[in-house]
Amino acid sequence: MDFEYTPEEQSFREEVRTFLKDNLPAPKERGPQFLKDWLTKVREKRWVGFSWPVEVGGGGGGLIEQSILKEEMALAKAPPLGTDMMGLAWVGPGIIQYGTEEQKQRFIPYILDSEGTFCTGYSEPNYGSDLASIQTKAVLTGDHYVVNGQKTWTTLAPWADWIILLTRTDFDVAVKHEGITCLLVDMKSDGVDVRPIENMAGDKHFAEIFFTDVKVPVNQRLGEDGKGWAVTVSALANERSSIGEVTQMFGKLDTLKELVKHTRKAGKPAREDPLVRRKLARFEAQIAAMKYNGLRYLTKQLNDEPLSSETSVNKLHRASLEIEMDDFAMELNGQAGLELNGGAHAIEGGKWTKAALNWPNVVIGGGTPNIQRNIIAERILGLPKDGSD
Amino acid sequence: MNFGFTEEQEMLRDQVRRFMHEDCAMTTVREIVSAKPAFSPPLWKKMAELGWLGLIIPEEFGGVGLRWIDLTVVLEETARGLSPLPLVSNTLAAAALLRCGDAAQRQAWLPGLADGSCVATLALYDEPNWIDADAVTLAAGDGGLCGSKPYVPDAGSADLFVVAFRAGAEHNELKLALLERDTKGLSVTDQPIIDRTKPMGTLVLDNVSLDPDRVLTLAEADLTYLTDCGAVAVTAEMVGAADAALEITTSYAKERVQFGNLIGKYQGVKHRLADMYVDIESFRSLLYYAAWTVDDAPEELSRAVSLAKGYASDAFARIGIDAVQLHGAIGFTAEYDIQLYLKRSKWARPMFGDTDYHYDRVAELGGL
Repeated sequence: MDFEYTPEEQSFREEVRTFLKDNLPAPKERGPQFLKDWLTKVREKRWVGFSWPVEVGGGGGGLIEQSILKEEMALAKAPPLGTDMMGLAWVGPGIIQYGTEEQKQRFIPYILDSEGTFCTGYSEPNYGSDLASIQTKAVLTGDHYVVNGQKTWTTLAPWADWIILLTRTDFDVAVKHEGITCLLVDMKSDGVDVRPIENMAGDKHFAEIFFTDVKVPVNQRLGEDGKGWAVTVSALANERSSIGEVTQMFGKLDTLKELVKHTRKAGKPAREDPLVRRKLARFEAQIAAMKYNGLRYLTKQLNDEPLSSETSVNKLHRASLEIEMDDFAMELNGQAGLELNGGAHAIEGGKWTKAALNWPNVVIGGGTPNIQRNIIAERILGLPKDGSD
Repeated sequence: MNFGFTEEQEMLRDQVRRFMHEDCAMTTVREIVSAKPAFSPPLWKKMAELGWLGLIIPEEFGGVGLRWIDLTVVLEETARGLSPLPLVSNTLAAAALLRCGDAAQRQAWLPGLADGSCVATLALYDEPNWIDADAVTLAAGDGGLCGSKPYVPDAGSADLFVVAFRAGAEHNELKLALLERDTKGLSVTDQPIIDRTKPMGTLVLDNVSLDPDRVLTLAEADLTYLTDCGAVAVTAEMVGAADAALEITTSYAKERVQFGNLIGKYQGVKHRLADMYVDIESFRSLLYYAAWTVDDAPEELSRAVSLAKGYASDAFARIGIDAVQLHGAIGFTAEYDIQLYLKRSKWARPMFGDTDYHYDRVAELGGL
């Protein structure tokens, strides 16, 4: 057991720090031109798609270097390495693993250069957690598929250029995980109708999408016909180091500590309240647990030991902290915590309140906490499955 | 960067598992704790031969000279089977001698602790729920030590007591006395507690005279260090015991049928088991880091161990209760083992600081 980095790793960290110091102005001074330049520069460093193979234009970087990069970027509050969040997180890795040569040449540079964005068409009105039961229908007709059906709660859909779409091409299957086909669909195709949905925080980040006789060329199918579930599973399992996330959460904890120093509760400084102090300490213990869990899992990966579903552990911590930390700030401020943007007494422009209403983005997307518990119970503890299959 | 165990450490783990399985199974544990004192000379001898009693004692004093992270492996596995043998007490007494003793004292006592000929224990605080220099109230007077030292772990089996006492009027004027069992004026009374695998006693001290060769200075930083080491040891045991409680309960959920299904199929059961897994996995990671800091980053020890023990004390208490509850009425019977783990969770909670104590310290060390 050691927490030392090799000289090469140390010098990589120095390189990242120097780059961030030279190229990152204070958050308030980061205009649109900055963002454009930033994306070009990090692309030149080959930090976008850091772990992707060099042949496709990625950085070919290792796990430790990647976690160093993420950690330093989070510490410096740097913007993301690209604008196509989902493309970089799982669509790209899915194409690298399952895509044709043509698809790789067409989409990988597109994602790496932030030319457009992908959204993820998984959930349907009747099938969310029970994802393998989806009903959106795709029929192969000559050199294209014809898609009919509906997706919903699709994050980023109002702006996305492409969608990675889960469809059913075979309804007559013994196991529902079969007969699913994954398609890459241009959102500007005829018959695609996007209707934004307002969420409880008043934002319109997600949408329902109707597909009516949408033609999708067969060369935009990702993976084999009827084998789309494997693509989905590998995409959802494409979890790498969570160190960047952990660093951000330590940053948020520091902000909460500052907040309790400046807030009064029952006429006294909130920082003196033992329950306030213990709650913050519990947050710290949970975040630290995420950190050291992540390092243990990283070590496993470095030793080429397969990870089972351990990453669900940190997802559950992340979910509970996401809900509780913003809510803590909101509650701390009593009635002032109820005010949204612009209220005379709103705390820090109402940002905590807004955040306290936006937790489902993180908590529900990618599998609800109860789905994560099912995964742990069934895949790690070996308990019987409780679904109909 | 490597947050994993070495091959040697994994071999040590296997060795302890085999010992617990073959020599100290639950039937043996129950036999040992039904006697007074709850101790087994042959098993203690075997542990000494395997090198575990002197694991953290340097080779020059007859030990193996390993680190606290290695000790963690042993404690996790002995606690999985609720070993009642005084390994934690003996190790903490050794840690006190190593930290506070002079060369002659180390040479005089540590070899006996390492080879098993002298079972030792450490008694720090006199208050039941207060971790502070002021919670050491036993004071030396003109005639030596007079009064009592309560909550002494493994008092029934110990040959040597390392006892904290107040040597002057100042808040932090503390010392440790090395008292052998047959010391004139010293007697031991049993202090029966709910977890019989963790025996406890009270020392009654009737004008016990103090031999200057057997007195060690206990600075406040030493008291903190020994308390932190105690918390590391107990949390290591909590990882093993909680893991066993989860394993027993998971097995039961895979056998027990109600409403026509294995109960492990119901989300009310399986989600609770998943949450137990999440908690154990998490305080395990926090503990491994804390154990590593003892030898490799001592300046981080207090904060690291408070994060671990703070998390573990609450979580294990919940796990103990739910493990019994998920068994239904059978878990409530004395014959069934799961209730022993609930008792262990109750024992571990206040030892070297409960969740409130440790989270208060996390807040303070974190600048609040």
